[in-house]
This record gives sequence, structure tokens and C-alpha cells, in this order.
Amino acid sequence: MTAFVSVTILGLIMIFLIKEGLPIFSHVSVKEFIFGKFWYPTDDPPAYGIFPLIVGTFSVTLLSTVISVPLGVMSAIYIAEIARERLAAIAKPMVELLASIPSVVVGFFGMVVVSPFLQDTFDIPSGLNLFNAALMLAFMAVPTICSVTEDALRSVPKSLREGSLALGATHLETIARITVPAAVSGISTAVILGMSRAVGETMVVLMVAGGAAMSPSSIFDPVRPMPASIAAEMGEAPFGAEHYNALFATGVVLFLFTLVFNVCAARIARRYKR
Amino acid sequence: MKKIILLLALVMFSTPAFAGKIEIKGSTTVLPLAQKTMEAYMALNKGTVITLSGGGTGNGFKALIDGTTTICNASRFIKDKEVKAAVEKNIVPVAHRVALDCIVPIVHKNNPVKNLTKVQLKEIYTGKITNWKELGGPDMKIVVIARDSSSGTFDAWKEMVMDEERVTPAALTQPSNGGLVTQIGSTKGAIGYIALGYVTKAVKIVSVDGVMGSDKTAKNGQYKISRPLFMFTNGWPEGETLDYINFVLSPKGQALVKAAGSITLN
Amino acid sequence: MKSIQSRLLKQKIMFGLFRSAAWLNGLAVLVVIYFIAARGLSAISFEFLTAMPLDSMTKGGILPCIIGTFGLSVGAVLFALPVGIATAVYLNEYAKPGKLVDFIRFAISNLAGVPSIVFGLFGLAFFCIMLHMGVSLLAGALTLGVMSLPVIIGASEEALKAVPRTYREASMGIGATQWQTIYRVVVPAALPGILTGTILALSRAAGETAPIMFTGAVFFTPELPRSIMSEVMALPYHIYVLATSGLDIEQTRPMQYGTSLVLIALVLGMNLFAIILRQKLRKKLNL
Repeated sequence: MTAFVSVTILGLIMIFLIKEGLPIFSHVSVKEFIFGKFWYPTDDPPAYGIFPLIVGTFSVTLLSTVISVPLGVMSAIYIAEIARERLAAIAKPMVELLASIPSVVVGFFGMVVVSPFLQDTFDIPSGLNLFNAALMLAFMAVPTICSVTEDALRSVPKSLREGSLALGATHLETIARITVPAAVSGISTAVILGMSRAVGETMVVLMVAGGAAMSPSSIFDPVRPMPASIAAEMGEAPFGAEHYNALFATGVVLFLFTLVFNVCAARIARRYKR
Repeated sequence: MKKIILLLALVMFSTPAFAGKIEIKGSTTVLPLAQKTMEAYMALNKGTVITLSGGGTGNGFKALIDGTTTICNASRFIKDKEVKAAVEKNIVPVAHRVALDCIVPIVHKNNPVKNLTKVQLKEIYTGKITNWKELGGPDMKIVVIARDSSSGTFDAWKEMVMDEERVTPAALTQPSNGGLVTQIGSTKGAIGYIALGYVTKAVKIVSVDGVMGSDKTAKNGQYKISRPLFMFTNGWPEGETLDYINFVLSPKGQALVKAAGSITLN
Repeated sequence: MKSIQSRLLKQKIMFGLFRSAAWLNGLAVLVVIYFIAARGLSAISFEFLTAMPLDSMTKGGILPCIIGTFGLSVGAVLFALPVGIATAVYLNEYAKPGKLVDFIRFAISNLAGVPSIVFGLFGLAFFCIMLHMGVSLLAGALTLGVMSLPVIIGASEEALKAVPRTYREASMGIGATQWQTIYRVVVPAALPGILTGTILALSRAAGETAPIMFTGAVFFTPELPRSIMSEVMALPYHIYVLATSGLDIEQTRPMQYGTSLVLIALVLGMNLFAIILRQKLRKKLNL
């Protein structure tokens, strides 16, 4: 019985998001909502186009992936393949501790330490921007990527490695040509899960992304990803009003994105089990 | 006008407002003066409990309409939409003017620009002017900072400066007056707008059309970007709520209003 | 083929790179902790931890936030733990592999991937509005509980799997029913592992902000929570409020660092404890 609680909850989440989000489409078409370039929910008349928010989410996610994937995968290779047991036993908990820092603290850190630093170093108008947010998100995604990659690497049979080493390959060559290729589907799962984490993370993008609802033209432009918009505006949107519905509909879009990511990850993981 | 008549008409049929513990929510602009007056009031009337929170004018009205607050602090008048929502729930918003406020454009303290015209301000905020050199300043990108859309300051600025035109989507947003002043203090090319009471040493006020926003110019009407601040109640207040609002309006209360950085009514 | 020297040199360089990547993570943790601790330590005093906020939260302490966070995270685990263990027991002990189990697992893994803000929206629509809980400790704790469920299920399942098959066979062998075996033998044996997962879930719940923003936490309350229907203040939300919408943000910086330090100490402390506990357990099981 209780096993179905998770299923029920997932179902309820979908039902409630859709129930509260759907009414917005009596005011705007789905196309206008998703591809509309202007997000002015409190104007008279309002504009509910979340395209800049979607672009914001994607740009932040992509940039953070560019940073987090090499970092996470390399860390995992170090922990699983290279480090002696003792060092690995220190390095691994470090990565886990990184995962446990509350997102609001990461956001706060980005605001008060990283932002002024970026502003001075790159002489940019504002340190609250896409790059800052992506950097903070990258460090939050690294633990996910690292631990899933590590599992994948560890499940590669020892015999493969030994064979390669016996044939005269160096340790690095064995990792690059044998171990990593053998674990590649697991690593892709790791990357997708890391991206999914970055897509949905809220506090960091709320506090350090700058909050401007526009498509960025440089990595130092401010953006307003979907979770930031929902978190910043939900408090002001009266229950049942158009704005409230529009934010739930944004939640649906966000939910669908992460769902697609997770389904992809599960698919790859299943294929790789066989 | 119609709005006010509607409100008055509804007052007559309304049930008496709930008295007892007073809850205040809403505009962050009204927050400092509410804080000062409520602390003084509680010191005078032992046993009265007043709770206070911010969240912005929009949130305040939402709370008033949902019946979760006794007083809603507002830095603008109630919108038609909000009146409609209130009426549907049998809530009758009644406005009490408690102070005046003026909104001033502020820039980083090292910015040499001293004066801007209203048209220039509008063009900055619609994104037509993007560099300080177009305004006689250094060659530096303008970082436009606006308040989040739930704030009354946002609405007032839109009405009085922007002529209801849209703020450029490139504008950074800040959820509070305090957040805005902090960000401008640390951003060289920034411009923002803020209630006079929140100005700190890290930022510089820019005059508008040659008039510097101040206590005096706001009161005599020379400075145009000023507005009344309100406390809204559900129906005509009674008991302690009435007592508190009368206290805010009394000479003693108004002295506290002044100490909180807002402008007294007369 | 290139000489062995150049191949080994390449290996050395690449390994150096991998090593630095791994330690960069540790460095990031240390940098964050260092900045928060260096600037937050001076704010922490007995008064800071035990007093109410004063003067529009620019002075005084954070007691209501500590209590609020405690209530929210413990409440979350109180909900998630029984449900989580029951689910794990079902999946691991009773259920026969098949479409149904696959579907349940699919739901759990997706639940784990749902963004925290979406949990917040769900909590608002379902607990606060639909079930008339309003913004309350209960609604916030339930929202966090729903979010912690996958963590607890995952940890419990792993712990159950680690219980050797022989335990079960021995128990059944002396005539115990399956239920008795699970209740008396398997779950107690898995309890330390489940406990580890629970501590992790607790710490995560304590650090979350987005799910409680609309469901349980408020800007400011003048008094401590009196019942599970009270609105509460919470450490993470308090940090957000002070850092972005406080009355005087510059002046309250030390309080922001101080509150962050308290939260970090709480969360990292719990995590460290869980990690050490787990490593000890692993050693024990390997024996």
C-alpha cells in the first residue's frame, strides 16, 4: 500500500500543477506563452511570455554543465581509478560535503563574495549575472555527476583493466581507452542528472542571476531563469489570479524539462545494465 | 472617484472589522514608519500586540483580501483589480493617508551626473539610453535596476516617470528598497529609484528637471515624483486599530514618521 | 608508438589535472566555510542564538528561526520515515520484480528529480489551499517530507539489501513468518543504515528554502510557534530575507553571515556524522 505513496505523490504533483496552471491558457495560447518574448505579468494588460525565462534556464544550465562535467568526471576518475584508498576516503566525503551546503548559503556566498570579485576582476557592470549563477550551480551539480560517474567506473570489470595493462598500456591509456569508454553510458546518466539538478535549482538563480527577464547576449548579462521567476513572484500573485496560474504553468514547463531529463537518464541507465 | 464612492458605499454594509491583535503587512516603504510608530504605541499601551511584516504593497493587499492582516501598508492606492477581488470576498478596503513620500533616482556615489530630466529617466528605463556618456557622464554602461513588480515603488515609478510604458527587460530586479540601495552602492554604473528614507551614504541622489527631491520640495509640490503613503483597513477601523492609526496621525506619531525618513502630511 | 617516457609524462600531467579537479571541490567547500565562518563567528553569541529578532530584524537573535527549522525538518522526517521504510520494505522484501515494481521505482526516481520550487508550488496548492492548512509549520513540514521521501527510500533499500540473506533464511528456518522476519530481524539489522539516510534527509530538509517559501516560512513572527498550525521563521529563509529584503542590508551583514554559519554548522555537522557513521558501518559489514 505505502509503496504507492510515491506514485500517488508524483501523480498529485502533476495534477495540481496542471490544475492550477491550465487556466492561464484561456488568456494566452500555448504558443504565445512559450514563445512570447515579454514577461510583464503585473502590467495592464499583462504579457505572459516565458521564452526569456526558458532561455535563461537553458543558458545557465548549459554554462554550468560546461564547468561541472569536466570537473565532476575528472574528480570521479581520480577517486575511483587513481587515488590511493586513503586519499580517496578524504576526497569523496569532501565532494559529499559540497553537496550538502544549503543552496541558500551558496546563493548568499555568490552574492556577497563572488559577485564583487567578478565585478572588479572583469570590470563588468554587475556581478549578479549568468556566469556567476552558472559557476555556483556547477559546484552544486559536481557531487551528483561525480558520484554517479564513480559508480559507473567502479562497475567496469577489473579484468578489462588488467588486460589493457598487461598489453603494455599505461594507466592513463587504460583509463582513456578502456575504462571510460566502458562506463560511458553511466557517465552520460551522470551528466544528465547533473543538468537536471541545475535546471531546477532555485535559490542560487534567485539570488545571483540578476533577475532580468531577457535573452542574454553575453555570459555577463543578467538572466531570470524559471525557478527564480516563480520564487520571486509567487508571494505577490493572489491565489487564483492569472499571474498565479501563469506561474504554475511555468512550473509545469519546468517539471516537464526535469522529467524529460530524468526519463532520459533512466533509459540510458537501463540500457547500460543490460 | 468612482472607486472611492464604491468603497464608501460598501463601508455602510460592512461588518465591523476584527479588533484585538493588530497585524500589519505590506509595503517596505511604509515599513520604517510603521516600525517606529508601532514600537512607540506598544510602549504606551502595554498589552497590545502588534506584528509587522513587509513583502511589498501587492502582498499587503493580498493579505488584506485574504483576511490575514488587519492593516495593509501601501505605497500606492488600491488597484481596480484588487478592489474587485476584495469585494468578492466581502472585504471593504478603506484608505488612511499616513505620510508623504518622495521617490528619488539614485546612482553610485562616484557618478558625476547630477541632474536628469524626466524624459531622460524614462529613456534610461525603457532602454533607449544605455550609456552614461549620452547623459554627460563617463563612457560607462548604465546598469538599470528596478524594483520587483510587487512593489508599490515600482508602480509609482511606472506611473509618474514611465507614463505607463514598460521597463526594459534588461533591467535587474531587486525585491526591496534595502537590496536596491546596497546593489547601487556597489555597482559603479548603476541607477535605481528609491524612497527618500532609504538613501544611504553609498549612493547619490540625482535631481530631476533641476529639482532635488527632499522633504521641502515634496511638500510644496515642486518635486513631482512624490506620493501619499497609506494604511488600508477592512472597513472603518475600530478599537485598537483605530487607536493606532489615530496615533500615527497625531503630532507625536507624525514626529516619528519624520524620524523614520518619510515626510509628514502637513 | 611514442616512447614510454613521453607516455608516462603525459600520464603524469593528466593525473595531476584529475587530482587538482578532485581537490578543487574540497577547496570550494573550504573557501565557502572559511568566508562564512570568518565573517560570521563574531556575530554569534549566546544572545544571538537565544533571543528574538528586534528592531525589524536588524538586532537581536535568531531563536525563532532555529526552532522553526528544527520543527520543519523533524516534522518532515516524521512523515517521510515511516512511509519511506515501508516502501523500501515492500520493494525489497515483498514485491516480485516486474512492471509494477519498475513503475514504482520510476516514480521514485522522478520524484527525486523534481525541482525544489515545484515541491513548493505543490505544497502551496495541495496542503495550504486544498487541505486548508494555510501557511503553517504542518504544511511546510509535509512539503519537505514529500521531498525527502526518495532519499529515505533509497537509503533504506540500500540498508535492507546489505542485510545478508542468511539472516532471513535462519529466521524463516526456525519457523518465523515473513512479517516476523522483517519486523524482528531484517529491519533491526538495517536500522543503522536507515538511520544514516535519515540524518542525511534531515539535514537536507533543514537546508531547503524554496519548498517552504510559500508553505511554512514567513518573513517575521513576533512570537515562537505555538502549534503546528503556526507560521514559522526558518534559518534558510531568514538568510534569504536578510540578504535581499531586510531593512538595512549592509548593517545586518554580520547577522547574515552568523545565520549562515549556524545553518552550515547544523547541516554539515549532521552530514559529517552520517558520513562517518556510514564508513564505520561499511567496515563492519565487510568483515
